[in-house]
Amino acid sequence: MRDYLVLRVVAKILIAFMILFALYVQFHGDFGPGGGFQAGVIAAAAIVFYALIYGLPAARAVVPEGLVEAMVAAGVLLFALVGVAGIVLGGNFLDYFVLHADPVAGQHRGIFWVELGVLITVAGVMLKIFYLFAGRRVEDEEEVR
Amino acid sequence: MMAAAAAAIAVQRNLFAVVVLFGAYSFLMATVLVALDAVDVAMTEAAVGAGVSVVLLLGTLHLVRKEEMKPLHRPPLPLAVAVATGVVLAYGTLGLPAFSDPEAPIHRHVAPRYIQDGARETGVPNIVTAVLASYRGYDTLGEVMVVFTAGAGVIALLGRRRRERGEKRR
Repeated sequence: MRDYLVLRVVAKILIAFMILFALYVQFHGDFGPGGGFQAGVIAAAAIVFYALIYGLPAARAVVPEGLVEAMVAAGVLLFALVGVAGIVLGGNFLDYFVLHADPVAGQHRGIFWVELGVLITVAGVMLKIFYLFAGRRVEDEEEVR
Repeated sequence: MMAAAAAAIAVQRNLFAVVVLFGAYSFLMATVLVALDAVDVAMTEAAVGAGVSVVLLLGTLHLVRKEEMKPLHRPPLPLAVAVATGVVLAYGTLGLPAFSDPEAPIHRHVAPRYIQDGARETGVPNIVTAVLASYRGYDTLGEVMVVFTAGAGVIALLGRRRRERGEKRR
């Protein structure tokens, strides 16, 4: 689809808004609908969209595969570390009240980091699965040659 | 419309049409969820069901043939099992409390506490986020683990093949 000028231009404009919307869903999740999972999927969808229009190698250049694989694990670790931080600061596992002098602010802080962990893992897994599925086609074509 | 889409998916033999119908079904499902005031779930359904999974199915479609094969035989026993399970499930719904009944057990257990104290205790106006990330933090951690495991499984299944071949090339 790299030859369609309209698609290329529209994609270039839309992807910026898609990522912005993902960030809005992520950080406004406390107040409106949304959260880490939804934001992760929307961010991944933006990159998938980019890959559809500009081709897989271009997407791999923007978001390298190593980074995606690191994201898959980093999100879970971040989530678990928030839990461990609760223990270290004298609470229970995943206890957010102790993260800040003010319990409510501590809750805010805990939810923020936990949701960030969810975002990172979900976006990473979605992109990784897409890369693997889309990458197989190229491989098999090489095999035919 | 959703029933029509589901029936078309079952009947249709052209896999491309099936994938497109799946996307349409997901969007219809998302509108139903919006009507039920479950905006968070609707968002997920629209993004995952209609967006990412359709792309993945299309990617898979490139690897396989476009037409579904005709079934070799039409087994009556699985059909009977499926119909019987459906009837039992439909019968089970008769025992549920009426829709949006405030006296239903699920609304009397912990939900009132979340609604009354959630905003004060967590400072988060969106109760869904408060429940997911704070009260049910363990469950959400488990969910993230599930997503992580799914990704690891796909990497283990599909990623190794390429590495083996890459070594052969060298």
